[in-house]
Amino acid sequence: MTTTIPTPLALIAELTHRCPLHCVYCSNPLELQSRGLELSTEAWSRVLREAAEAGVLQVDFTGGEPLARPDLVELVRAARSAGLYVNLITSGLPLDERRLADLATAGLDHLQLSFQGLQEDSAREIAGTRALEQKLQVVKWVRAHRIALTLNFVIHRQNLERLEEMIAFGEASGAGRLEFAHVQYYGWAFANRDRLLPTRDQVDRSIALLQQAEARLRGKVRVEYVVPDYYAKYPKACMGGWGRKLMLITPSGDVLPCHAAHIIPGLRFDNVRDKPLREIWNSSEAFQKFRGEDWMQDPCRSCDRRAQDFGGCRCQAFLLAGDPAATDPVCTLTPRRQIVEEIIAAANATPAAPVPAKLDWLYRPNPS
Amino acid sequence: MNPEMHAQPRLAPGCRLSEPNRAPRMLQMPERALRLNGPSLEIVERCDGRRTVQQIISELQKIYSKAEPERVEKDILGYLALLHEQGALEFPAEDAAERK
Repeated sequence: MTTTIPTPLALIAELTHRCPLHCVYCSNPLELQSRGLELSTEAWSRVLREAAEAGVLQVDFTGGEPLARPDLVELVRAARSAGLYVNLITSGLPLDERRLADLATAGLDHLQLSFQGLQEDSAREIAGTRALEQKLQVVKWVRAHRIALTLNFVIHRQNLERLEEMIAFGEASGAGRLEFAHVQYYGWAFANRDRLLPTRDQVDRSIALLQQAEARLRGKVRVEYVVPDYYAKYPKACMGGWGRKLMLITPSGDVLPCHAAHIIPGLRFDNVRDKPLREIWNSSEAFQKFRGEDWMQDPCRSCDRRAQDFGGCRCQAFLLAGDPAATDPVCTLTPRRQIVEEIIAAANATPAAPVPAKLDWLYRPNPS
Repeated sequence: MNPEMHAQPRLAPGCRLSEPNRAPRMLQMPERALRLNGPSLEIVERCDGRRTVQQIISELQKIYSKAEPERVEKDILGYLALLHEQGALEFPAEDAAERK
């Protein structure tokens, strides 16, 4: 292996898989980890220091719902004293103004609030619980405490008709950043894909609307969006390249190159209980497996784009083509693109319903 | 926008300098970070909501006394405008005026 080891920039810390929401596109694994397996406050504090020493600049506290951890304020303080930029990714549900004030005092830099939609009924259809009213309250508190705020809207077949309303709401909310993320198909979203995958017409209209919003609000509100890669010509640079910038730690301390890497058969992960984080980043089998270019097959191996998109997503290659070392099948340069074409054709065979019907979703449960 | 000389720029919520004991120094922002070199660090460190743009320019002109003062001023104004456009910098008085 001749690949030089890059410096990690960000740590995604999945503090818990417990969550009051049951979103049908949750990025957590289908097999959720139970509370009893979660790392202690002391273990996380040590890991945060090790991350900063390895070069990490930012920690994203996420879950499940990170506010389900009673020690979150303590963990924010530990991250700040390690010198990290602290981001909280939350549904906002188990939050009150007192706890937000404590988080701000502890050094929380930024809060990302997820929205499932702006109608209580349709948002509830996605999240499996009532949440919207509380989220609107959280926006007010966050602004009052001058914490930087990003609103994150996950968009898909069932809510794209209301995109303009989401943009207008985001603009009026006072948030500094708006993120519109088309669903990515892993885990729960993969299981619910036929109900989430938009039509080509929906995708084209959404990109046009988001481009307009981005230009109109420039210098005022940052508008960022993730395009749905099934409809793209080339794959996304998943995680900025395998083991190049990011790492994810699960509630029980396994260190993964991305959210979904556990689905790849035979990949072995190291745990922060057993080894220092830098050693895991540098040399664990899971990180080394798809680092650099040695693992690539054609067409990636000889492609000019390989340093731009790193062959796309390993998990998607496994999910769609059955081979984690294959070119990401969304790439139009691989014959396996045919797999994606067939999925898209099915999604476009029927128009998206103007009013979302009650659908037969697979909801994400809570771990024991 | 062109920053007013009497404005007192400060970092926007969610934007701050990385800790002094960590090299290289960065301006950290939601989902990104800017690496700061000598002059850009000198400027950002002075965006404290108290110093005016004029004061920041004067202080930098002293530090970089070998450079042309006009050039230093122009570079600073350009850099402040860039940070404002990126959402990293607020000019409280002007932002209030814009809202009226």
